[in-house]
Amino acid sequence: MSFLELREVTKRYGEGAAEVVAVQDVNLSVEGGELVAVMGPSGSGKSTLLSMAGSLEEPTSGEVLVSGAALSAMSRNEKARLRRRTIGYVFQDFNLLAGLTAAENVSLPLELDGVPAKKARAAAMAALDSLDVAERASHFPDQLSGGERQRVAIARAIVGDRRLLLADEPSGALDSLNGDAVMRLILAACRRGVSAVVVTHDAQLASWADRVIFIRDGRVVDQTVPPPSPESLLAQGPVRR
Amino acid sequence: MSVRHALLALLSEGPKYGLQLRQEFEASTGDVWPLNIGQVYTTLQRLERDGLAESDGSAGEGPQNVFRITPAGEQELTTWLRAPTDATAPPRDELVIKILSALRVPGVDVEDVVQVHRRYLVELMQQWTRLKEDEADFDLSLALVVDAELFRLDSLVRWLDSASGRLKRASVERPVSTGPRFRRRVVVRR
Repeated sequence: MSFLELREVTKRYGEGAAEVVAVQDVNLSVEGGELVAVMGPSGSGKSTLLSMAGSLEEPTSGEVLVSGAALSAMSRNEKARLRRRTIGYVFQDFNLLAGLTAAENVSLPLELDGVPAKKARAAAMAALDSLDVAERASHFPDQLSGGERQRVAIARAIVGDRRLLLADEPSGALDSLNGDAVMRLILAACRRGVSAVVVTHDAQLASWADRVIFIRDGRVVDQTVPPPSPESLLAQGPVRR
Repeated sequence: MSVRHALLALLSEGPKYGLQLRQEFEASTGDVWPLNIGQVYTTLQRLERDGLAESDGSAGEGPQNVFRITPAGEQELTTWLRAPTDATAPPRDELVIKILSALRVPGVDVEDVVQVHRRYLVELMQQWTRLKEDEADFDLSLALVVDAELFRLDSLVRWLDSASGRLKRASVERPVSTGPRFRRRVVVRR
């Protein structure tokens, strides 16, 4: 079953002559455990699409369903709970709170959701450990490198039992090796059953996805077909030696 | 690709058999570039002829022949490593020609043509990227080859993205011209 589904979703801003259609009639299904990349240039509507998928913005028309439940039928409190418990966000500029340590940044969404501090802290440490930054847990964001900050941001997005990861240009200004590391972590989360949508203009990031959706002027124009095994690229079968 | 110099590089580590050279060549390129044994022996014969490698010859043409690099071979290898590679663009890049041609064909949506190629390139990139998924299985040679291929394909996608942007801007500013607008000759020094 699709974990995230967008049905005929449209988003308009402004009215009359000033009206801008950011997203138009988009249909998109993301299966449990699937990593989907949405690729398009600046201004193509991909970030708006992600905001609607994450219930941060409401569509002008159409429907967004998370785990089969329509967001339009949810109260504000129910949507807030969904954002706290089910959806993790990773932003280009990381959005870590400067006054909190790495561990506090990661445990915050759980504590806001009423999880006792000790339990939240343990879950945060487990998430940081899975991303190899546990030893930086008591450091503040400005004491971390760009790659470490991004790992902490991903830890915060997957802490607890989150099932949907939404990422907007998640490698930010990182170099290509750190960008690879970020995508490898997101893919690993998907292999554990998390569904993820990554929006990016970068083909190298997008190529980590199981499926790449191409968006232009707010419309989905194309998508990749599942790639054949990479072994077809190799001279003599599997690389594993 | 210079098989000749790649074999010299392998011989610079010490004397080797032909079959061994083939296996090591393939392993050193992450198993991405196959090399048949005939090509190895032909190349070795030429290296011998040019005085860059030598064999004891006791085993004749057979697989037991051990090859070693000569001082002239070492000199050649050192020079080759630092010699500039040919980075000039191919005289007629097929992808560029296709997009330029699409501009001239009545009834063709150039953006559609761009997207077909963009999708194909991203699908290829997905295959290469799958090789990077398991870092533990990803040895240094393969990593370098895969990165090189991904950066090459990425540069093509970026060119297509830039072409899309130019086409969009051109269609807003004026109807798409089918005739050449720039008549200035651009000469690329080779």
